[in-house]
Amino acid sequence: MLRLNSYRELEHLREQIQTRRSNITKTVVICGGTGCQVSNSQAVIDALREELAGHDGLDQTVRICVTGCHGFCEQGPVMVIQPDDIFYCHVTPDDAFEIVHQTIIHGKLIDRLLYTDPVTGEKARSESDISFYRKQDRQILSCNRGVDPCSIEDYIVSGGYSALVKVVNGMPAEEIIEEITASGLRGRGGGGFPTARKWVECREAGGDEKYIICNADEGDPGAYMDRCVLEGNPHLVLEGMLVGARAIGATKGYIYVRNEYPLAVKHAQIAVKQAHELGLLGDNILGSPFSFDVEIVRGGGAFVCGESTALMASIEGKVGEPRAKDVHTAIDGLYHKPTTLNNVETWANVPAIINKGSSWFASRGTSGSKGTKILALTGRIKNTGLVEVALGTTINDVVFGIGGGAVNGNAIKAVQTGGPSGGCLPVEKFDLEIDFDILSQAGSMIGSGGMVVMDEETCMVDVARYFLTFLQDESCGKCVPCRLGIDRMLEIITDITEGRGRMEQLDLLEELAETVVETALCGLGKTAPNPVISTLRYFRDEYEAHIREKRCPAGVCKSLITYWIDPNLCTGCGVCLHNCVHGAISGQKKEPHIIDVQLCQKCGICRSECKFDAVRII
Amino acid sequence: MLPEVFDQIMEGRRSQPNQLIEVLQDVQKHFGYISRESMKVVSRELGVPLIEVYRVASFYKAFRLKPSGRNVITICMGTACHVRGAKLLHDQATGQLDVQTGETTPDGEFSIEHVNCLGACALGPVVTENGSYHHHMTPAKLRKLIETLAKEPVEVDQYAKVE
Repeated sequence: MLRLNSYRELEHLREQIQTRRSNITKTVVICGGTGCQVSNSQAVIDALREELAGHDGLDQTVRICVTGCHGFCEQGPVMVIQPDDIFYCHVTPDDAFEIVHQTIIHGKLIDRLLYTDPVTGEKARSESDISFYRKQDRQILSCNRGVDPCSIEDYIVSGGYSALVKVVNGMPAEEIIEEITASGLRGRGGGGFPTARKWVECREAGGDEKYIICNADEGDPGAYMDRCVLEGNPHLVLEGMLVGARAIGATKGYIYVRNEYPLAVKHAQIAVKQAHELGLLGDNILGSPFSFDVEIVRGGGAFVCGESTALMASIEGKVGEPRAKDVHTAIDGLYHKPTTLNNVETWANVPAIINKGSSWFASRGTSGSKGTKILALTGRIKNTGLVEVALGTTINDVVFGIGGGAVNGNAIKAVQTGGPSGGCLPVEKFDLEIDFDILSQAGSMIGSGGMVVMDEETCMVDVARYFLTFLQDESCGKCVPCRLGIDRMLEIITDITEGRGRMEQLDLLEELAETVVETALCGLGKTAPNPVISTLRYFRDEYEAHIREKRCPAGVCKSLITYWIDPNLCTGCGVCLHNCVHGAISGQKKEPHIIDVQLCQKCGICRSECKFDAVRII
Repeated sequence: MLPEVFDQIMEGRRSQPNQLIEVLQDVQKHFGYISRESMKVVSRELGVPLIEVYRVASFYKAFRLKPSGRNVITICMGTACHVRGAKLLHDQATGQLDVQTGETTPDGEFSIEHVNCLGACALGPVVTENGSYHHHMTPAKLRKLIETLAKEPVEVDQYAKVE
């Protein structure tokens, strides 16, 4: 492809692609994100291609567009047939024939591939008929739907790089920063720090060599929105970085991405290469004096590298240990140069603010938190997937409205937000608005946007133990409060979950937690006790049940539970007996079986295999 | 055998200490783990002290300092998978194979690994076996998977396997 030397040439290219594509009458949009790939979407894509190739001329007028994540991973593989907006889910390679013959050629719907609403039982024709999608406000995620992440042409046709045109073509840096300031954009990675303030500080810092970094080291377990954006629309992130670089005066950018996200790494690499070829990255971008380059750095898989100073050390090829931030990284950052670090989602928000204006962006959200936020709604809930809502939406609307409530008719107990640094909020707090300040006052945080829903079968003490185990593993060990504090807290909680807990340990636990918060060096340590503090605050009764009654109310903590077969439900089918490798189950055919608690290892196989839900935990 | 591969990996990166992590990633990708010898070569070529190479290689989760088994079972321990019972899967795998996480069975057949999150949270609990994903896992399914793998030669499936 030819290098573009002015914004006019970019416009011309856009028109050219549009003309070339004018004979396309139908587009089949198939999700090729990690979630759907796990559900075998690649085989569906291949089957469809083969089917289309077998028809004369169809492969000329029907286009298959393999996109990034659509968000509704639970229903994968998903596809949308445009322009009719027909939504199919759980598609298999065997459906390809029918999809081509019925839907693409004759415009008929295939009933069995339509989404069925679990509550009303009604079939939905398109995404807008599905409550999961209808209740969202998808500003960034919706861009994923029209764009093949490996095709810069797709991005350009959808209006991409027009924010870049604006900023290299007359919009002064001060004006860009003013727009971002007025929009009220706050960091999407966890801290919620005002983006523009970082930019101003970095712009005003001395020296001509400045860096910007895109943090795609999404280490939060239970969150994958950054992966989805970088994997599904890498050019959007690049464009955001270009705008930022222009505003700050940076010449070099880095995308620091987790190596556990191979698809995101690949797509980002392709995007950078394509942008280079067109002259949208490199020297004299679009013929202007503005030069900027981006390098992809693969992370080594350390949660602490989400912390800005540790991340910068890691880019320098060193061990990812944080340092004290007496001097901001905006002044003394990567290679001791002024550096601005923003999260993937933050960068992805930037082009739209430049294109549509700060007032458009600020029209959504609350007084302190503007715009939309992508949340990873997961856990024990019906509709799991990526959800984008305007900030200020209540937790209730997300969990029940979009998520559809709990699975198996269980009662929802809590939602864990913000990953290991966040906290658990009980169901009584679900009328809270999702807002940076409101959630942190309630003892949790938005964080990067993970929302793990927990029901009555989730033990809150076990959840606290889980996060402590995670953090103990991930603590870099540089400062004592974090290294030893987490260790000791984990020791106490393990005692409690294994039935050795004492009531006075709860006070010690609280004291330890407070000390770690006050004295740890970096963000990881300072927030590490949050899961303990919030579960103690809202679910103290569960801790007490473990200690006083030696009982795990949720039936999770192995030392405190017993497996039991309900004789009223057991049909004596023998599946559990056959599957029990420990020989702990006995019984005659068609007679209720029993478990020998002496032999039972509580491995859970019988429970997962029983079709009659007769194996219970007491 | 060593120098040729290292020539490719080191191309354009020599004497640049900031490339250490990227180089180690590629070394691991090629050899499956980072050996003592590899570390020495990397140290020499990049001009980074051996102790620093070891420090970085042992700090990051991505790097393995011992060769892995013929089959690698990776259990996702993300929050979403945890609340759907990833702990039971962990107990199942470690119990069945009688090795701890991060270790390899004495016959070199199986390694068990943990990963903090694979980003497929909606489909949890997730287990990968030699790179292919298995979603909505249960202890019983995992048991069968391990039994099957123990019998069969390893095949790398073109597509992610679906239960």
